[in-house]
Amino acid sequence: MENITVKVNGCEISVPKGTTVLEAAHMAGIEIPTLCYMKEINEIGACRICVTEVNEGRGFRLVAACVYPCSNNMEILTSSPKVIESRKKTLELILSTHDRKCLSCVRSGNCELQKLCKDYGVEDASKYDGTRNEYEIDDTAAHMYRDNNKCILCRRCVAVCSKTQGIGVIGANERGFKTFIGSAFDMGLGETSCVSCGQCIAVCPVGAIAEKDFTKEVLAAIADPEKTVLVQTAPAVRAGLAECFGNPIGTNAEGKMAAALRRLGFDKVFDTDFAADLTIMEEANEFVERVSNGGTLPMITSCSPGWVKFCEHYYPDLLDHLSTCKSPQQMFGATAKTYYAQKMGLDPKNIVMVSIMPCTAKKFEIGRPDQSAAGVPDVDYALTTRELGRMIERAGILFNSLPDEKFDDPLGISTGAGVIFGATGGVMEAALRTAVHTLTGQTVTDLPEVRGTEGIKEATYKVGDLDVKVAVASGLSNARVILDKIRSGECDAQFIEIMACPGGCVNGGGQPQVPMGIRNFVDIRAERAKVLYDLDKSMPLRQSHENPAIKQVYEEFFEKPGSHKAHEVLHTSYVKRTVNEI
Amino acid sequence: MNSAKSTVPFKGTPEQEAQLIAVIDEKKDDQGSLMPILQKAQEIYGYLPIEVQKIISDRTGIPLEKIYGVVTFYAQFSLYPKGEYTISVCLGTACYVKGSGDIYDKLQEKLGIAGGECTADGKFSLEACRCIGACGLAPVLTVNEDVYGRLTVDDVDKILAKYA
Repeated sequence: MENITVKVNGCEISVPKGTTVLEAAHMAGIEIPTLCYMKEINEIGACRICVTEVNEGRGFRLVAACVYPCSNNMEILTSSPKVIESRKKTLELILSTHDRKCLSCVRSGNCELQKLCKDYGVEDASKYDGTRNEYEIDDTAAHMYRDNNKCILCRRCVAVCSKTQGIGVIGANERGFKTFIGSAFDMGLGETSCVSCGQCIAVCPVGAIAEKDFTKEVLAAIADPEKTVLVQTAPAVRAGLAECFGNPIGTNAEGKMAAALRRLGFDKVFDTDFAADLTIMEEANEFVERVSNGGTLPMITSCSPGWVKFCEHYYPDLLDHLSTCKSPQQMFGATAKTYYAQKMGLDPKNIVMVSIMPCTAKKFEIGRPDQSAAGVPDVDYALTTRELGRMIERAGILFNSLPDEKFDDPLGISTGAGVIFGATGGVMEAALRTAVHTLTGQTVTDLPEVRGTEGIKEATYKVGDLDVKVAVASGLSNARVILDKIRSGECDAQFIEIMACPGGCVNGGGQPQVPMGIRNFVDIRAERAKVLYDLDKSMPLRQSHENPAIKQVYEEFFEKPGSHKAHEVLHTSYVKRTVNEI
Repeated sequence: MNSAKSTVPFKGTPEQEAQLIAVIDEKKDDQGSLMPILQKAQEIYGYLPIEVQKIISDRTGIPLEKIYGVVTFYAQFSLYPKGEYTISVCLGTACYVKGSGDIYDKLQEKLGIAGGECTADGKFSLEACRCIGACGLAPVLTVNEDVYGRLTVDDVDKILAKYA
């Protein structure tokens, strides 16, 4: 690639042709602020906060750095008085229609707009106050609400919904001053074919969209002496939670998280990783049964409730391909309220099952039909990683100085196969480890072909005499590629893993928000996934079938994978949904 | 949430649908085909209710919200049918300073609809227009071909009664 020379604030650097002013500045160690820009996803140059002075031989002028390409010998000024003044004015104008309830805003402290206002010395937030549109809060969806009074119309949410996820249930309606982000015919989000993935929340720079918060209800349950409150934590939570307390992306929080949950007052601190191992036992068995009995193939994983809802809305004809296994969250709750309740002599009605998830679709999933093995919902509250962060903060727990503690027995015992569920390809790898062992007696632990953040991965493994073809997709627009191939008969894979969020759960819609200025240059999916793969490597047991607690639960309760009892408790059914229902 | 679905029952015919589908199939693989499809659809139906937008979405694969976003962006598209009587209130400068804004508000209140919409019985639709060249009669409104001038808010009931 041809290189060109540019001067950033007087310093000469060489950059590949096609580099934007924003990227060149970053190479020179300067962060240009952005609000609408998301690399490769939302390159619309709309918000004007990134304006920067450039001189291409005809004098300096302001351009949108995020989309303006560098030219040879270009001079760039990233923080001249003119630049600073322009950005400040833009902020003041954004504020003129922004509901500035910062003190009671869920994003206070990590709001990108708030930070910019501070950085650019905005003194008078009401400088251009005038007419303001008032919007009703949309709380029709199970997992989130939208408060357009705080929306700055950056359209990041719109871009991830339509491009990354291939869904497009939100967009810009009306025009000019009346523009707002909403759904077709102003339907509430809960009435659309939104899949609840929460990727929109993960990228919102402000507090216009957020998960529905259930921390108060959980605290009330903990305070109730009648209730036994159990908590389970999904694999990916330990790879993200530490970010809530100022730690770098990719910090392992497992031990401190267990310690914090104990200090919050949960009666037992368990681990969804246990249920991930259980899922593998059931799913591997289901796969072998489908292969030997001529069942529907390829079989597709069902751990990701965003993906499941997507399949129900957009590919209802392929629902037979979905594994009937409940997700690990639901398997955990179901096992806790049947097996564990029986073992401990507890009435399932008095168990409050709380899950900590990197996911917002889990909030939808707990209310699904056919998810109440003990006659009560398998899981009562699904909190996001962010909500747990807030609970810890509110309780005054000094997270970073906590000791590393362990999960409780027996539902806190897990293997390396369980922990990698949180990264794309992890479920596939875990399943293959057990499948290979079941069919050949061999032990395999590292399958690099299905690791990594690529949207679609394919591989073929020789298992005994069988050639097992597998495919892995994360991000629903990638999933569409594989699903369309299944529809057209071009897909020859037998086993497919699909995760709704790009990169898998580590990048779930419930994970701590990372400012776009960082996300545009750091692959948070890879950084967080590394935590899980490192954990896997460090564990003595790395195959689900080796988990002693899993062996015990089958001996004492489920008998064997796929048994009648297992089907009653650990499997579920799906519903056909439509798109554009009217 | 207030839905923008029209309250006027949809009266599309199979012939109209066949016409629309032919248009979609002809254009859908072209880049930027949504605008021409919407323009044709409005020619066929007179407006673009959810039923029509849904046909377009299902047949092109374009998300319904994207279509709705385009329809609400451009003034040339309407979500509501025209009523038997179209009431058009001039909000041009002369009429506006003479109080046509109040008349427009009164009509919205009386008819129970916002500008651009149609009453549920399909009788009246209401719209604002710019100068119709009768500034000497300001404020002015028209009901289909009939022109009413030098109006006050109190005239609204009488005018509506004539068409009831």
